[in-house]
Amino acid sequence: MAERKIRILMAKPGLDGHDRGVKVVARALRDAGFEVIYTGLHQTPEMIANTAVQEGVDAVGLSVLSGAHNTLFPAVIEALRKKGANSVMVFGGGIIPEEDMAFLKDKGVKAVFTPGTSTEEIISFVRTSVKSIH
Amino acid sequence: MSDLAEKVLRGEVLSTARLIRDLDDGIDGAIAELKILYPHTGKAEIIGITGAPGAGKSTLVNRLIENFRSRGKRVGVIAVDPTSPFSGGAVLGDRIRMQNHFNDPGVFIRSVATRGHLGGLSSSAYEIIKVLDAFGSDVILVETVGVGQDEVEIAGAAHTSVVVLTPGMGDEIQNLKAGILEIADVLVVNKADREGAQVTVQGLRRLLEMGGFDRKGWKPPICLTVGTEGTGITELVQAVDQHREFWNRQKAQPGFENKRREEDFLRILQGQAVSKLIVSLRRSGSLDEIVSRLVRGESDPYSESEKVLKLGD
Repeated sequence: MAERKIRILMAKPGLDGHDRGVKVVARALRDAGFEVIYTGLHQTPEMIANTAVQEGVDAVGLSVLSGAHNTLFPAVIEALRKKGANSVMVFGGGIIPEEDMAFLKDKGVKAVFTPGTSTEEIISFVRTSVKSIH
Repeated sequence: MSDLAEKVLRGEVLSTARLIRDLDDGIDGAIAELKILYPHTGKAEIIGITGAPGAGKSTLVNRLIENFRSRGKRVGVIAVDPTSPFSGGAVLGDRIRMQNHFNDPGVFIRSVATRGHLGGLSSSAYEIIKVLDAFGSDVILVETVGVGQDEVEIAGAAHTSVVVLTPGMGDEIQNLKAGILEIADVLVVNKADREGAQVTVQGLRRLLEMGGFDRKGWKPPICLTVGTEGTGITELVQAVDQHREFWNRQKAQPGFENKRREEDFLRILQGQAVSKLIVSLRRSGSLDEIVSRLVRGESDPYSESEKVLKLGD
């Protein structure tokens, strides 16, 4: 049996226009041998969920720098659930205060990365948590 | 019985995406699903979009989706991007130009990486076309990787191949003569608001007038478009429609369908034969033995290959 290639959707929900971080992560994931789908700025949770489903991804990485993570992250997870994509793992990054972490994890966000995280850390997180899905 | 194939036939998005993933990953069992889907294929119109990187293929695909949707057609899109030869990874970004259609249930977009396959498509693309066909797409748009001159595989996969060029290619068009221009059923000069568009059109006309392409009476029309503005899309769609009518007439000719089926079968046979052979050589340990003999200088790779195929003495 062939080994599955890891597929990740990197998405920017909401209104902020800062995509440097997400591009750096997308590129690092590519260099780690993953297939990364990037869809650009200003995605609604609905758009992200539809893309995740059609692209058959293992995980969705969300980048939010606007402060709206407590609304947007759970909204994406909810949209995925509605489409039956329960196995898609969701992680995120951005400027996210420590006190919001527990709330986001409770909502189903598997990991949250804040500025200063090394790309190696994100890669190894994706690799181990996706392996458990396959 | 096969659950996945049935769900594809019912038009379920999640299962369709799943099967495509399995085919792309070469998962055992995916082919069994294709066998069930096969009788339900052959209905969709398949349109290939090819051309150099940055020529505006994705933007044109976006406009074509718009046009077909306005006519009530269900659209499938396969967008191929290159795999890194170093890491095996890829960034698939063609979708970015097609955002207006993300929430339209009549549009299914799938990004695919070449995964080392040459020719402009992925090796799974042919099978993904069949899945989207059985899924109920009326039109399937296949966007190749950005190509140079020789990636002409799309011609075998699509009913109509659209080759996208841009102004300022000048004499380069001459170099493109063999290969990619030969497969063009419809030529597009995109970014036609830029300087040199007419020069490019004239260059193409001269080239077509020189003949030498076996077109069976079809003269590829040249369409001028500005993808970002949506200019010239109606004319492009008309040209594609006309070619489809021409194709339908060709289809009635004796031997046409035989040739198509033969090509499809031989491609599948080749893929399966090679991968099965390699897997069995590995499993049995024969591959290691062969390599050892080669390393020790006791044999040559040609004889070993013939022995494997039992063609030798």
